Amino acid sequence: MQLVQRVCDKLKLGEENKNDIILINLNGLILNDDRVALKDITRQLHLENVVGDRVFGSFAENLAFLLQALKCGSQECKSLIFIIEEFDLFCYHKNQTLIYNLFDIVQSSQTPVAVVGITCRLDVIELLEKRVRSRFSHRQINLFNQYNFDDYMNIVKNLLQLPEDFSDFLQRNQWNGHIEKLLEERGAKSVLRRQFETNKNIRNLKKLLVLSVSQISDKHPFLKTSNFIDAQALQTVDTKASMLKGLSLLEMVLVISMVHLTVLYEREPINFEMVYNEYKKFASRKSSLQCIEKTVVFKAFEHLQTLELVIPMTGSTLTTPKPFRLVRVLMDPIQVKEALQRYPNLPTELEQWASFMLSDIS
Amino acid sequence: MDHIEVGNQCCSPRIEGIQKIQQSVRARKKQMEVLLGLLGEEDEVPCDCIFVYGHEATGKSYLLSKILEEFEVPYAWINCVEIYSQRLLYEGILSQLFSSTYTVTTLRCDNMCDFIRMFKQEAQAMNLKKMYIILDNAEKLRNFEPTLLAALMRLQELTRLDLSVILISEIIWEKFRCGIGLCEPLQLHFPQYNREEVLEILSLDCPPGYSEEFYTAYLRVVLSVFYLVTRNLRELRYLALLNFPKYCEPIKCGTVSESDQHKLWKNIEPHLKEALNTVYLREVSSFQWENYHTKDAVGPAKKVGDLTQSFNRAAVELPFYSKFLLIASYLASYNPARTDKKFFVKNQGKVKKKKINLRKDQPKRHILGPKPFPLDRMMAIFYSIVEEQVPPTSMIFSQITTLVTLRLLATTSNEEELGTPKYKCLVGLEFIRNVSQTVKFDILSYLNDFI
Repeated sequence: MQLVQRVCDKLKLGEENKNDIILINLNGLILNDDRVALKDITRQLHLENVVGDRVFGSFAENLAFLLQALKCGSQECKSLIFIIEEFDLFCYHKNQTLIYNLFDIVQSSQTPVAVVGITCRLDVIELLEKRVRSRFSHRQINLFNQYNFDDYMNIVKNLLQLPEDFSDFLQRNQWNGHIEKLLEERGAKSVLRRQFETNKNIRNLKKLLVLSVSQISDKHPFLKTSNFIDAQALQTVDTKASMLKGLSLLEMVLVISMVHLTVLYEREPINFEMVYNEYKKFASRKSSLQCIEKTVVFKAFEHLQTLELVIPMTGSTLTTPKPFRLVRVLMDPIQVKEALQRYPNLPTELEQWASFMLSDIS
Repeated sequence: MDHIEVGNQCCSPRIEGIQKIQQSVRARKKQMEVLLGLLGEEDEVPCDCIFVYGHEATGKSYLLSKILEEFEVPYAWINCVEIYSQRLLYEGILSQLFSSTYTVTTLRCDNMCDFIRMFKQEAQAMNLKKMYIILDNAEKLRNFEPTLLAALMRLQELTRLDLSVILISEIIWEKFRCGIGLCEPLQLHFPQYNREEVLEILSLDCPPGYSEEFYTAYLRVVLSVFYLVTRNLRELRYLALLNFPKYCEPIKCGTVSESDQHKLWKNIEPHLKEALNTVYLREVSSFQWENYHTKDAVGPAKKVGDLTQSFNRAAVELPFYSKFLLIASYLASYNPARTDKKFFVKNQGKVKKKKINLRKDQPKRHILGPKPFPLDRMMAIFYSIVEEQVPPTSMIFSQITTLVTLRLLATTSNEEELGTPKYKCLVGLEFIRNVSQTVKFDILSYLNDFI
């Protein structure tokens, strides 16, 4: 998007183009169907049936009007540039009417029109209907993140350093020098290296940097390696494990039973009665945990469902009583193991039982 | 990168505000710092999207609302549970942020395109710089088209305004992803309070007239019973407040002094255990619970039993044949068909001693749940267990459909198979035992699982 934006800005700056180009921005996320899209186009073109900011007329009228307006034009007309973001979403519109018409106008020698589609799907051409695809010029520009770690570090530096035209010259030098030194440090480098290896995406990098920079305050005016480390720690938490850590002891027992059962039944779905059976076996042997009534255990089980740690199987919900409804467990044994290790004040007998229950998992 | 400038001009109202928040919000210091950093100060661009997640009652909404109130920034707070159509979301946000121009009656906005257009227009007109949109219970947004969530996540980019969207949810972010690419938000986890923090927060609402130490001692007792089962602060708080009068009762009577904690503990513990099985499950309402403790102090076990009886649906009055039909359906659901001969054929003749090749570890039907059965089988069992001659009138069959509408039975066959309907029994063992007792039928001796 930024690339297209820059190009458009440049185009507009050129003296001779100033009055000859109309830009039309469309976004697939906002324009969910052709009707809305068409209204938006009419609005952006400031055509006759627009009063103030409102558009009148039905969909058919709008389309006919728009097509007619575009068709009667010739080479002398102002050129239109359509910039279509999230192009793939437009392909799901009914009959692909809008893009078909746009491509059709491009093909025929009428008003000069350029259509620039932006998408992140590599297979977007396959989504197009045959008649639409044949009208498409098949010119594609792929923007891959083709840079190595050194380039990446340069990008980081560029992002963090203050620009040339910053008002306070002294402060700028101080800050930029500091950043330069910081990026040479091993700690910061390893954080960025890890970030680079998980995701080369610049947006993710920006997220990391925003998190680090937001920690700057009056007391700590400069970035430190620890800021980077904190930010990365915040960003790379295992979300599920951290949710598991907040469960009550009873829910933890259920989680362990469920993971054990799924391994036992080779990933078949299980139901509450099975889990309760396992729980009973545990509670009767280890008597120090008070035996809890079935209804209370069921409440804990339902809490796990609202957290979507287990999800009900679709189908049979209405024809099966609640305790027998099949659920699928969405937890990995390794995750559970890790969560148990970090669980505060875990009773010893539960720990032993858990290690026994989860022992058959490699 | 102009954060560094702000450092120099020490803005005291902000620091005061932070201190105020710190006083009212316990055990959330780190989260507050991160949030404040991300939301930015007055002249900074806030982070475009923040995802706040954590367990129920970990102070997610509370902390956020405190921050927003303290710094008086324009914000719209939408609870996504209330939103059943996208229109409500758009109109809700617009009417909250621009209440001067839009009233609920004149506002009409039913798609994202209009929403963004109106939003930009109004923001420019009112010259608003910074806005926050908070979406509580954000997991409900997944019920709409995925584009809605995707568009909300990049609202800053789409409107080109300094606004930040904050999602609050109990569910982790991984479950929000859905095919189309979402702008990844910054995630912030609110961890569950630990035991000390729970004690600290709960002791805040110490009732007047009692010392804090005394109340904390009581809370320790409450936690010793309930903490194992739930860590939900709201639940714990409710239970603690509800049972406190009972705890103080012996002191009021003058039998026990405030310092004698052992006796107090002895007194309260059975009640708390009772509460775990009743009030915690909402089988008994808090009103009933209080009444029962204050008005008459006779035989707790019996009384609580009385209270819960209304809840245990185990007593439903049914016609005679319906009862037998229900029993028959239960037997058909929970017994395998091959054992029917053993149970229901009167004269079995010579019973061959077959080697039982049942696997020992085969799970029982009472664990796997009811199995569907054809109507014929149920009727056969019905005739075999009813002692008298029953003509198969339309009344009998209409009773079966009545049982289906009462949700005691369920049909599992498709509508095409009208000729061979299949049913499932939906009632539990406890229920069917009660029913069979009223007609003097010993159901346990007919169930394969219990033999």
